[in-house]
Amino acid sequence: MSANADASAPNVTELGYNSKVEGEVVHTTVDAALNWFRKNSLWPMPMGLACCGIELMAVGASRFDISRFGSEVMRFSPRQSDVMIVAGTVTYKMALAVRRIYEQMAEPKWVIAMGACASTGGMYRSYAVLQGVDNILPVDVYVAGCPPRPEALLDALIKLQGLVAKERTIWNLKRDVAPAKYGSLGIELGEKGEVVHP
Amino acid sequence: MPTPLELAVRLQEAFPGLVSAPTEFRGEATLKVADADRIAEVCAHAKKALGFDMLLDLSSVDNYGADPRWTVVYELYGIGHGAHLRLKTDVGEEKSELPTVSTVWRTADWHEREAYDMMGIRFAGHPDLRRILMWEGYPYFPLRKDFPLAGKPTELPDTAFTRTAPLEGGPFVTVAGGKDSMAREPRARTPE
Repeated sequence: MSANADASAPNVTELGYNSKVEGEVVHTTVDAALNWFRKNSLWPMPMGLACCGIELMAVGASRFDISRFGSEVMRFSPRQSDVMIVAGTVTYKMALAVRRIYEQMAEPKWVIAMGACASTGGMYRSYAVLQGVDNILPVDVYVAGCPPRPEALLDALIKLQGLVAKERTIWNLKRDVAPAKYGSLGIELGEKGEVVHP
Repeated sequence: MPTPLELAVRLQEAFPGLVSAPTEFRGEATLKVADADRIAEVCAHAKKALGFDMLLDLSSVDNYGADPRWTVVYELYGIGHGAHLRLKTDVGEEKSELPTVSTVWRTADWHEREAYDMMGIRFAGHPDLRRILMWEGYPYFPLRKDFPLAGKPTELPDTAFTRTAPLEGGPFVTVAGGKDSMAREPRARTPE
């Protein structure tokens, strides 16, 4: 090989993006950059409440490997989480606790309702089960299944990444974020930040 | 090794007039205890003298519309002889109370709490008779026959709330003899 082989050889194909082409400068918008950071490091709050929690563990394990999408860091503290994955049956006994953990998460935050129970109450048309976690939380993505396959949850995560990528992040930063009312049941935050259902 | 029936007869002979003659069904012996207030006594004898050292289950039945309304069922098992025995006793609705057997088998503690939680039967002398599945302050007993399947709305701010579940004519039901799965498993069926 001669010294100038890479400049003249016709059979060399560049694979991938060569950042040197633009002199190490990338043109983008702040929204796109921030959203790109956010969507590739969505740390989940694993709200494993029933059998869906087992599938959620499988998603985190090596066979399905959620870390391919930057979400392997399951945070058991809501303060460090970005997306709450409600995996399983939300009973009325648990409902206010779920909402409380959601309120403890820092903005920005998203919710995935995993499985039939979290989405609609599922097969539990019952006195004890909340008929869908969207009665108390703003859900971004619903996953069908009982329980869903791990691939279905990964698909939901990719769909959520698509939603995050389209957000108007800077515009939302300027917005005054007041504690919102979600769902049909009118749960509110009390004076000390406690979750109450008046 | 004594058979379940032999052990049941021995328990009956120890409490003449209180414990009925055993009935047998597919090798399982069942005894009826006439006076629910003496159930702990019978259970203590079954454990100490007859080797039933394990309480497998304690459950309750709502004979809605009949008197006495409640039947409490005890499933006994002996690890040494491997025999099962079922004890049943009736409790009236106005009383709704019988002595605890948690002094005989400690495992009865949570079983009795469940029976109290779901059916509202109290167990006198229980060390800690609180609800076990529903929360403290929930006003109903959901396993009673007169409690609707869809539940009732309740309100306990700071703790929990409940709403009526949308049953849309019935829970998930099956109809025998339908020609396809749509006919056999309708989405809902209004009770006749």
